[in-house]
Amino acid sequence: MTNRNLNFKHRVAVVGAGLTLFRSRMLETPQELAWLAAKQALDEAGLTLKDIDCVVIGSAPDAFDGVHMKGEYLAEGAGGIHKPTIRVFVGGATGVFVPIAAWWHVASGLCKRVLAVAEEKMSHAAKPHTQYVFRYIWDPVVEKPLNPNLIWIFAMEMHRYMHKCGVKKEDIALVSVKNKRNACGHPSAQLCMPNITVDDVLKSEVLVWPVQLLDISPTSDGAAAVVLASEEEARRITDTPVWIKGIGWTLDTTHWTNRDLAYPEYVRRAAEMAYRMAGIDNPRKQIDVAEPYDPFDYKELHHMEGLGLAKKCEAPILTREGVTQRDGDLPINPSGGLLGVGNPIAAAGLMKVAEIFWQVRGEAGERQVKKPVYTGLAQAWGDLMQAGTVIVMGI
Amino acid sequence: MSGGKPINPRGTKYEKVEFPVFEFPVVGKARYSYTTGEALGRFLAGLKEGKILGTYCAGCGRVFVPPRIYCSYCFKEVDGWLEAKDEGVVVTAVMSYISATRARLERPVAVGVIKLDVPGRQFDDHFFPGIMHYICGATEDDVKSMRIFGARVKAKWKRPEQRTGSITDIECFEVVRP
Repeated sequence: MTNRNLNFKHRVAVVGAGLTLFRSRMLETPQELAWLAAKQALDEAGLTLKDIDCVVIGSAPDAFDGVHMKGEYLAEGAGGIHKPTIRVFVGGATGVFVPIAAWWHVASGLCKRVLAVAEEKMSHAAKPHTQYVFRYIWDPVVEKPLNPNLIWIFAMEMHRYMHKCGVKKEDIALVSVKNKRNACGHPSAQLCMPNITVDDVLKSEVLVWPVQLLDISPTSDGAAAVVLASEEEARRITDTPVWIKGIGWTLDTTHWTNRDLAYPEYVRRAAEMAYRMAGIDNPRKQIDVAEPYDPFDYKELHHMEGLGLAKKCEAPILTREGVTQRDGDLPINPSGGLLGVGNPIAAAGLMKVAEIFWQVRGEAGERQVKKPVYTGLAQAWGDLMQAGTVIVMGI
Repeated sequence: MSGGKPINPRGTKYEKVEFPVFEFPVVGKARYSYTTGEALGRFLAGLKEGKILGTYCAGCGRVFVPPRIYCSYCFKEVDGWLEAKDEGVVVTAVMSYISATRARLERPVAVGVIKLDVPGRQFDDHFFPGIMHYICGATEDDVKSMRIFGARVKAKWKRPEQRTGSITDIECFEVVRP
């Protein structure tokens, strides 16, 4: 067993994954969404709930679904009744934190088979607008009195990145175009736009310059689930387990006005932790496909740099050269990402993990990247440019 | 490509008109009453007097504006208070066309992060005393062309009798035209 600087007892594999549709508004309750995804993941693994020892649930602010203690509430649909069940929450980074938490349940030897479920129903927070819920992220004393909209902070980060790296909006829009086109191959996708152009993005409604409507992922309802198992169990369950090779997560200070927004330190540190565990010292060469978090188009670029998949300020160049397309040398977000598949917050992050699972197994259908996939990576980010979560998976 | 296992995501797309919804206000008329805490309490009292106050850590040399009572890096109490100038440079700025509720604004507003000057101290890009605030005197073109980056700005204070001990005692940071 490889064991680099971190102590764990068991290797852990993903053996099944499931998703609901992602849509701006779904009829199903949060519990029902969780059930649909969880059941599909169990079916794919050929397991029933009786086979599951522990359940890990992930969901972002309670305020979206409008139900307090969402973990306890979701437990029923997520298969958590009468089992050791926990809900984890690190804002937008939650989706990738769910399999990380599930990993330590198994790696520690505590549980052999874990069901990990992520759900978000943003449409419940209907009035005046879903964005209003984000009001409670800001500092109540020095920021909230200025009446901020959450997009302000992303616009500030995007503009700082553009300024420092000399990036043009046209280059950033290419990410949105790529992902919304990629999404057409994804059966859950909310925003498949096969004919979208850079011009469409640049002409979309200006919200907070430099952020325009098509630079942003939509608000969504949806759920995702994966099943994790110890090495012994995984080999019994499937011939093609996908191993979790490395995990990492870190948090930066909430005082975002005191640090440089041009480079995501919170991702770099999380990636270093995961790479150390996975034995990766040259991610650009050793990662075959990646699903970095892309709630905004510039975020894909920013996170590629934080992950060491591109040098600082290099991600827009790789994008322009086509390197990040599905048939490129470093396919990025072949699923269509949050920009294309949709952004039910925690479920969107776990959707990325499911995509890497399918890519590594060669089961991604028309989304399957051209190059052979031995190692893939999924990453999410959350809060006021604070939380980074990274998972490395492979054969 | 062959070998794809079709996933069959389920769920029902919902159109507003088709089904009933049950609507509730968040929690009736409930409102939060936030305390300022020690550090921000003194910071707000300073604003009322037209001063921007911060704290510093002698261990690592960091200056904290907004202030904290602890250095979260050295994990010890800060070593004291200092006064930042009410001017500095814009490190990032944007132009907002929407309100907090995502309604279109009649006129866009510029907001940004201002890195504040502290006499006798220099700060790099990685950690600096800085606050978010409105930027006034900047045109849409100043923001879109990025000319606003690095621009010197100075606090435009409300008149002393209008100040309440709030971040809004500063109306905005005004671009200093040379």
